[in-house]
Amino acid sequence: MPVSVSSSRLIYDALKGAGVRVVSALPETWLVHLIRMAEDDPEMILVRLAKEEEGVGISAGAHFAGVKSAMLMQNHGFLASVNGIVSCAQLYRIPLLMLISARGEFGERDPWQTEGGLVTTHVLDALRIPTERLDAGDQVAKRIAKAQTLSYSASRPVALLLGRDLMWEDA
Amino acid sequence: MKRVDAIRSIYADLETPGRVVVTIMGAVAAELQGLGHRPNFFYLQHAMGIASSVGLGIALCRPELKVIVLDGDGSVLMNLGGLTTLARYRPRNLVHVVFDNESLLSVGGFPTATSTGSDIAAMAKGAGVPRTGVTRTPDEFTTAFAEALAADDLTTLVAKVEAVGPAAFVTDLALLENRYQFQRHLKTLKHEA
Repeated sequence: MPVSVSSSRLIYDALKGAGVRVVSALPETWLVHLIRMAEDDPEMILVRLAKEEEGVGISAGAHFAGVKSAMLMQNHGFLASVNGIVSCAQLYRIPLLMLISARGEFGERDPWQTEGGLVTTHVLDALRIPTERLDAGDQVAKRIAKAQTLSYSASRPVALLLGRDLMWEDA
Repeated sequence: MKRVDAIRSIYADLETPGRVVVTIMGAVAAELQGLGHRPNFFYLQHAMGIASSVGLGIALCRPELKVIVLDGDGSVLMNLGGLTTLARYRPRNLVHVVFDNESLLSVGGFPTATSTGSDIAAMAKGAGVPRTGVTRTPDEFTTAFAEALAADDLTTLVAKVEAVGPAAFVTDLALLENRYQFQRHLKTLKHEA
């Protein structure tokens, strides 16, 4: 499976470096290594979800409990989480660090990913969620740290879109 | 059994130091506030379905605290998968109470699927929640709740209640006031731990 282990490691180390100790996730191909890294790390609480919206509640609870968290999900999982984001994280001003794999963009071979790819950034914009992309390894540590800083200073959700060039090593 | 009477019967347990209470929106939140707000009560006034997820997040991060989630049939039915997540992580410090009035009361009393036979306790059991139960009278409820608190294991306790509630759902406690007070309270508890 050509999901990039080295990029996954960069992302995971950046999350650890940012003090993240709770990760909620729903498996998707691009996230498999990240989820395994969380699972293998005794310092990390990994919460495997049935549906991504639950992760918003997990992160809210972790925040109230004084613990930093992140959500790992596919863009379709983000779309499935919208009410939780609006009616929990935004309504209650919860810092929420969302790492979203950007499926359905240039290079996508799976037909079922393509509609989500068209709407993801528009939905993020409509929700006024500050968003940056992670497309290259040298962006990872800084952008994750800065995204988390803004999520805390604004007490709002922020998103990082994980791009194909970062996550997939297929030519 | 009226829900407000059931909440009143466990109110002393809810306000006990070291306990943390997360409720759903609507009648549950208004009735608990009517009995007396405390800084360890958080009312998730929307986002139906994920109050138990908020409780799970707290319970996993703070195993020294006892977390009580006051849920409802309409909310649980919106996030049945959440029962499987609760069961999967089996927080032994979480008691999940589901007030089942078989109705979406706050929007006019439309019947939910529990009115036609769907059984939340059975679904929780099927999801893997180790302790489940259904109570129909105040005595049954208070006994089962006390057992759940003492059990030191994850419990989903369904309380069948009448589809009646307060006259109004909006209280004078602002959502953000509640949220920040609750977070500060948990911080205080950490210092004492």
